[in-house]
Parts: sequence; C-alpha cells; structure tokens
Amino acid sequence: MNDFTRAFSFIGSHQPLLWQKTAEHMELSGAALGIATVIALPLGLWLGHLRRGSFLAINVSNVGRALPSLALISIGMGLLGIGFWNVSVALVVLAVPIMLTNAYVAIEQADPDIVDAARGMGMSGWQVFSRIKLPLGVPLLFAGIRTATLYVIATATLAAVGGGGGLGEIIVNQASYRFEGVLGAALWVAALALVADLGLAQLQRVLTPRGLRRPGHPRLLAIRPAADARARSANLATAPGRPN
Amino acid sequence: MSVAASPGPAAAATTVIPNFGHADSCVLHNRFFCWHWFTSHWNDTFAPALVQHIVLTVIAVGIGFVVSLGLALVAYRLHWLERPIGWVAGWLYVIPSLALFQLLVPITGLTTTTAEIALVSYTLLVLFRNVLIGLRDVSPDIREAARAMGMSRLQSLARVELPLAVPAIVAGLRIATVTVVSLATVAAFVIDRGLGPLILRAIGQGLFKTEFVAAGALAVALAITADALLVGARWLLVPWTRRGPR
Repeated sequence: MNDFTRAFSFIGSHQPLLWQKTAEHMELSGAALGIATVIALPLGLWLGHLRRGSFLAINVSNVGRALPSLALISIGMGLLGIGFWNVSVALVVLAVPIMLTNAYVAIEQADPDIVDAARGMGMSGWQVFSRIKLPLGVPLLFAGIRTATLYVIATATLAAVGGGGGLGEIIVNQASYRFEGVLGAALWVAALALVADLGLAQLQRVLTPRGLRRPGHPRLLAIRPAADARARSANLATAPGRPN
Repeated sequence: MSVAASPGPAAAATTVIPNFGHADSCVLHNRFFCWHWFTSHWNDTFAPALVQHIVLTVIAVGIGFVVSLGLALVAYRLHWLERPIGWVAGWLYVIPSLALFQLLVPITGLTTTTAEIALVSYTLLVLFRNVLIGLRDVSPDIREAARAMGMSRLQSLARVELPLAVPAIVAGLRIATVTVVSLATVAAFVIDRGLGPLILRAIGQGLFKTEFVAAGALAVALAITADALLVGARWLLVPWTRRGPR
C-alpha cells in the first residue's frame, strides 16, 4: 500500500508534467477521433438510410474488434515509422468500425411505421432522413461516438510505444519516473477515462431528443436491452469495443 | 590467383566454417516481412509464444465466464442487483489496460495472476450483460409453459431458459474472447508471456520489423480463429438458429 501513497504524492508533485502529457494525449485522441468521424459517420448514415451494405456495416466492427491495438501500432510503425501520425492512423483504424456500425444501425433501425407515416405526409427522402431517422437514431449514434472516444483515449496510452507521446510515456518509462511515477500515471489515466465516460454520458443525455429520454441517467456505456429482435441483434453487434 | 579462388575438394571437406552471424539480405535491410526468418524462428520463438497466448486467453475467458454467469444468475433473480453489478463491471471496463496492469502490480506483483485478474475484469461487463439479456429475452409465454409442465424454477432455468439464451451468451463470448486475445498482448508490460513480449522486444531492438509484424499478425489470426470456432460452437449448440437472422 506504501506504493500507492507514494504514487499519490507523485501526482501531487508532478502536476505540470501530468497536465502537459494529458494535453498531448487529448491532442492525439482528438485528431484520431476527428478523422474517424469524418470517414465513418457520413458513410454509416448513408448506408443506413439506403438500408444497404448491412453485412459490411455490421461485420466491420467484428473484424475491427479482432485487431489488437498493440499489434496495430507495431505494424503501423513498420509501415509508417515512429511518430504522431503512425499512432493516429492506428487509432483511426480502431475507431472507424465502432462508429460505422453504430451510425448504420442507428439509422437503419428506425421504426418502419414511423417512416411510412412520414412518407405518407409527403416528406422527401432527405426530409425523412433529417427530421425522422436522424433524431430517432441519436441515442445509438452517440453511443457509438462515446464508445469510440473511450476506446481511443484508452488506446492512446499505448501510443508511447510508437513514439506518439501522451500519458503512456510515463507508464512505459519506469527508468525515468520510477515505479511511483508509473503507478501515479496509471491512476491518473484511469481517473481520466472515468471522467471522460461520465462527461460523455451527460452529453449523450443532453443530445437525446426529449421524447426519447428516459428518467434517470444513461447507464455507463449506455447499452440497454432492446425490445425487438432486430434491435437486439444490433445491440449485441454494437457492444462496446474493448478499452486498451 | 586462379589457384586461390578455387579450393580443391579436399579443403572444402576439412574446413568447417560455422554460420554464426549469418543473415540474409532481407533481414539485413530490415524489410517489412522476411518469410525465411519467420519460418526459421517458428519453433523456438513463435510457437511457444502462441501457445502461451492461447493459455492466457482460455484461462481469462473461462474464469470470466464462470464469474459472469454466476453474477448474471443472481441479478436475474434479484433485479435490484443488476445496476450495482453493471456499474462495477462498467468502471473496470473503462480503465485502460496498460494502467490496470500497472495498478495491480503492488498487490499481486509481476505475475501471471496480475495479468489474469486484469484480463478477467475486461470480460465481466460484456459477458454479464449478454447472459442477462439472453435470459431476460426468453418469452414469458415459454417460461409459463415450462412451469405449467411441472418444472421447478431450477429445471426451467437449466432446461429452458439457459438453452434459449445460448445465442446471446455465445455473442458475448465472441466479444470477450477477441477482446482478451487483443489485450493479452498488452500484458507484456508486466509478464513475459504470450505474443506481446515479441512485439515489445522487436520495438526495443531498433524496430526489427519481421518480428513484430509476425507477432501482430499471429494475434490477429488467433482472434479471428477463436471467433470462427465460437461461431461453429453456436452452430452445433443451437441448431434452431442455423437458418434465418442471427
């Protein structure tokens, strides 16, 4: 337990270092998430609206889950060398499948009766998408973004191995920071992940259309048992990617 | 000059020059992947690491499954326990693995136990939730029919509800297994077992590409194989889902 006491005093005495590494960490995660969002969301929403390519959209996340992040970072190093971008690319590759699958399912699972009613009212395809399917899909869509964000923040810890900087640099560098530093940084990273999750849970609550809100807070990682079979299989397929 | 360049057959037979330090041009130039190096180190490097990786994974998923099944059965009976259990499993789940492995070191040391505790903790959320969803999704009509046939609650659980939950349970096992295969590479930071140490060592030795590319590719192949085996297991266990949607 003495180790933990010293780890806490390391956190107390190394605030500038920790915040600087946290900023690097966030920069890396932010760049990767930004790129992944630009790639995955339009594609997922579009495929979901057309209800095409379900095989691709669902299975891409299963394949994505099978990619060990450490291996991906190492293979990225073989191809792209050491540095920020090699790690960013690895993080993008890990985040895209989660977002794509969730975006697809969020739009595709819209209640057919509601969509029929909207068409019957004379809405165009674009109106049905933007006024009906998208608002209804927001919870699931955002669940995907939230999962991907947590996943990327966690995996960015491994970025230090690939020379990407961030908080992992302290954890993998026991020679410089000693064990108390490693432990302190590990505690810091764990706290960061939990804070990020809580923050995203609040954001998800705010973004959910009022009519879809349920009393109480959204649960951690926001997976709720769904009523019908289609949503259930989607639910299982979009279970959170694991942290890293 | 011509004499020196062509040693006679007798000289070739007597002098044995050992092949130490020999490397083909691929390894010397550190190309992306040297097939020859990979095959010649399969027996002493890759095969043992792969076996260790499989053992790490099987133990973690096995323990994780038993614990999750127990917790899910408890939460199935006592509804109010679902939230706290899901909450704890969720918090464990979001802790980055590199950090969690290190956090356990003061308690359990640099041992396989440390690695297994962390790996098990990552399976809990997925398995607990999927077992519970599987059980809850059993139609009340079916449950009632089982009771009406005179089954006790335990019999109904064992013979009706759990079998019907198998597809959801297998879906959870697939996610958990693939997750653990992936995270077990990160365990290399605390123990020298599995495919992870090969990746770390190759990075430490000036980025010898073949070794970490091969170890990474083996981890991916292992994850995909394990996933396929579980799909096969579901096909055998629950024949009624072989046709139609998953």
